[in-house]
Amino acid sequence: MISIAHLSKTYASGHSALKDVSLDIRRGEIFALLGPNGAGKTTLISIVCGLVTPSAGTVSVDGHDIITDYRAARAKIGLVPQELTTDSFERVRDNVCFSRGLFGRPPDPAYIETLLRSLSLWEKRDALIRTLSGGMKRRLLIAKALSHQPEVLFLDEPTAGVDVELRRDMWNLVRTLREEGVTIILTTHYLEEAEEMADRVGVINHGELILVEDKAALMKKLGEKRLTLELSAPLAGVPDLLAPFDLALAPDGRELTYTYAAAKEGAPGERAGHPAVADLLRAVAASGIAVRDLRTRESSLEEIFVSLVRREP
Amino acid sequence: MNLRAIRAIYVFEMARTLRTLLQSVVSPVISTTLYFVVFGSAIGGHMADIEGVPYGAFLVPGLIMLTLLTQSVANASFAIYFPRFSGTIYEILSAPVSPLEIVTGYVGAAATKSVALGLIILATAALFTPLTILHPLWMLGFLVLTAVTFALLGFIIGIWADSFEKLQLIPMLVITPLTFLGGAFYSVEMLPPAWRTVTLFNPVLYLISGFRWSFFGLSDVSVEVSLAMTLGFLALCLVIVHFIFRTGYRMKS
Repeated sequence: MISIAHLSKTYASGHSALKDVSLDIRRGEIFALLGPNGAGKTTLISIVCGLVTPSAGTVSVDGHDIITDYRAARAKIGLVPQELTTDSFERVRDNVCFSRGLFGRPPDPAYIETLLRSLSLWEKRDALIRTLSGGMKRRLLIAKALSHQPEVLFLDEPTAGVDVELRRDMWNLVRTLREEGVTIILTTHYLEEAEEMADRVGVINHGELILVEDKAALMKKLGEKRLTLELSAPLAGVPDLLAPFDLALAPDGRELTYTYAAAKEGAPGERAGHPAVADLLRAVAASGIAVRDLRTRESSLEEIFVSLVRREP
Repeated sequence: MNLRAIRAIYVFEMARTLRTLLQSVVSPVISTTLYFVVFGSAIGGHMADIEGVPYGAFLVPGLIMLTLLTQSVANASFAIYFPRFSGTIYEILSAPVSPLEIVTGYVGAAATKSVALGLIILATAALFTPLTILHPLWMLGFLVLTAVTFALLGFIIGIWADSFEKLQLIPMLVITPLTFLGGAFYSVEMLPPAWRTVTLFNPVLYLISGFRWSFFGLSDVSVEVSLAMTLGFLALCLVIVHFIFRTGYRMKS
């Protein structure tokens, strides 16, 4: 749906915000673009949407080049910006209709009503925008972006500063849009958001795309699992029998932690050079250690992201 | 051509005028009325006719032009500056709208407002002084042409300005003085020869002169020269606007 090839952007200040980025976004997917502040996420979105001029490279949206065929390309895109940039003295419904008009779409009061209702804005349709709360303004920005029924929706930090309820509402909305065939690209600091919604994840840092991966595959490939055994009696040290498992003993001697790859190939918990969990449990029993309880935990996308970004120079 | 986008921008801007009716319409009408009361009735009553035209009537084209220039610039500059200031310009820049369509929407709305204001002032003036318009179509032509040209200038100022102070700078320090010194309240024939020559370098003189000619058949310079100067200024503004969109000056990084 979106094809980005060798895209670079160097601002007049000399700051190189994007360096030879190439990326293909598939039709109908939810793509999460992750990266720390200043990584180049917003620059990338701004170039695709026509707000920033690229220094090099090409971008096409559904086959339409964003420079030479900008009308067709932009008509397919809706953008929800990061900042709450709304007018103040206009009324909600008028403002959404204005956005639809800008994209050359004929008036459609029924669609606008459905849209405002789906975003819980219908009751506020005649309210002045400046009287809306921050969350309502965020909803309004989404309504404006969807007013022309785009095929691609860019959400730049959509849930920054919004409450939990609104965040959940937005996640539901994004899922609904995906079911309707809309391609969604979101940037976010909340990795929980990407973990919850994204089909694929791209990690960008210092203007370079470090990685693009199917989310599930990424978590499988780079994720870790931890098995923690709560012991009935504290241990002074790890018994020799358990040495091959490279266990970590808690300072109080009451917990043993086994860390292993999340990828499950062959025996459960097995990775090259790592024994299986079942072997560990047998070895623990053979050592005469009484286990009171056990728990497992899988690493989150956030931990994977942090480790990826830390690896970068 | 994205006509719906032009309409959307135009309607959005006209709605802003209606919301600020007091500031947009009533305020210029009151200040113009005060000019008529002070210069037309109080002082003008003691002044001789100028080439057979009573001073009160002679003032009318100059006062309309004064309002037209300042309002065209103010409306268009604010219209484009405010979305830049608030950040809502992103919506215009990311829409499938060409530079021509953007300019047509903003400049069209600004020019419409100032032409309407000019006509309201003309109607107000008729209450104070008997008026005849010898060439009504030329009068309308000059009115529209000047409004569009100065709305374009206002658009350029709105793009150039990076603060509200700068937004006011050119209207306050350039346009208003040029209008006052461009024969709004007098005929250049009344000036000493040296100053008359200096005045010929004031572009606003040609606008006021042509506009006054459409009322009374009197002009400081020939109507052809007035028209040529106005069209020349319009072309210059269009070239600058073209440069702005071609380079993304102060709009895109």
